[in-house]
Amino acid sequence: MTETTRTPQATVAAKAPRTRESVHHAAALALGDDALVLSHRLGEWAGHAPVLEEDVALANIALDLLGQARVLLSMAGDEDELAYLREERAFRNLQLVEQPNGDFAHTIARQLYFSTYQRLLYAHLATGDGEFAGLAAKAVKEVSYHQDHAEQWTLRLGDGTDVSHERMRRACQALWRFTGEMFQPVEGLDFDGEELRAAWLESVSAVLRRATLDVPEGPQSGGWSAGAGRQGLHTESFGRMLAEMQHLHRSHPGASW
Amino acid sequence: MVTSPAPATPLEAELLRLAGSVPDPELPVLTLEELGVVRAVHVLSADSVEIELTPTYTGCPAIEAMSLDMERVLREHGIREVSVRTVLTPPWSTDDISPEGRRKLREFGIAPPRTVREPGPVTLALGPTRTTAPETGTGTQAPDTRDTNARDTDPVHCPHCGSADTELLSRFSSTACKALRRCLDCREPFDHFKEL
Repeated sequence: MTETTRTPQATVAAKAPRTRESVHHAAALALGDDALVLSHRLGEWAGHAPVLEEDVALANIALDLLGQARVLLSMAGDEDELAYLREERAFRNLQLVEQPNGDFAHTIARQLYFSTYQRLLYAHLATGDGEFAGLAAKAVKEVSYHQDHAEQWTLRLGDGTDVSHERMRRACQALWRFTGEMFQPVEGLDFDGEELRAAWLESVSAVLRRATLDVPEGPQSGGWSAGAGRQGLHTESFGRMLAEMQHLHRSHPGASW
Repeated sequence: MVTSPAPATPLEAELLRLAGSVPDPELPVLTLEELGVVRAVHVLSADSVEIELTPTYTGCPAIEAMSLDMERVLREHGIREVSVRTVLTPPWSTDDISPEGRRKLREFGIAPPRTVREPGPVTLALGPTRTTAPETGTGTQAPDTRDTNARDTDPVHCPHCGSADTELLSRFSSTACKALRRCLDCREPFDHFKEL
């Protein structure tokens, strides 16, 4: 992992168990990896989205997330090394954000679940005086637009044609089992997981109901389903995504243009 | 910072003016001062200064071009060493765009952002899209009750003909900071600098 550090100071910090710094580092990785991985997934839509406006919208959302990832990963170390030179098990992102894009409804369901979580979490972090308050206060305004985008599309697809309704229903159901992980505690972040879950559920349920969709049933996480991305366990497709994201940097170390 | 910053010296004020006179790389009709992104210039020593720059969006790719342009201008004025520090707090808001900046945006064909007024995150309630039938269309949908912000009752005016009758085409346009709209009177599409 990143404990193979280069400077003597960093080695000392890495060896010291559970210092304030290492806890802060873990939280920055969790939030930064969420933003980085989802940014990459959304970038995969470039040139493939159903309409030009969506191509641009998804790329813009990806860019916002990439900006957040750069700030967060820089808090944890060297942003490029963290993004391009870590192995799969060292990533701390939620399994939700690494899920493949699927069809457009799938991407929108993932956006709805994640942007609602991210807005609630950042709004909370912004009110505190922790290390993340500054970034959270800035990013929450951007994420409000991501959430609005996801909500409007959920309404349009859910309350649209039979086909769009069915696709949106399937997508919301398929990703449901990845949502419980969002409410697990993250070392170094001060939030009440159950409070966050209640607020998230209320917001998402209201959108789904307006979109004539049922709130999915079944567990939101568990041994059977999913939810250990924060511990470094990832789903099958994540390795392939990382291979694509990292291969240029690894094939040409130190290259510039 | 432990101590509160000292008030800017006349030299710092002059350097701030110079740095702020640099045009925005994306919207060259605006200067960085009018955009409200240059926070301060600190003179560190006789020929070394630090500029505080705040990004509009966290991922704004123009930040590097802005930094290079400001460094170049200050070097031309005899400052040997210029460093640019990116600050996130307090977060930039479209309210930081000056009245002159808003006027220039409109002249350039971009609808300026409306005033956000209340600080902090706000629930966004953008109007129905052209594919949503007004009111009567979808009987199962509850009416959107979120349209309560003062800002939302303040229409976005067409920068070409001034009409208040405009519709949203896409929440994200040529850059993250703009939305794509269309005027229902003159039929021209236009960019709207989104409130942030």
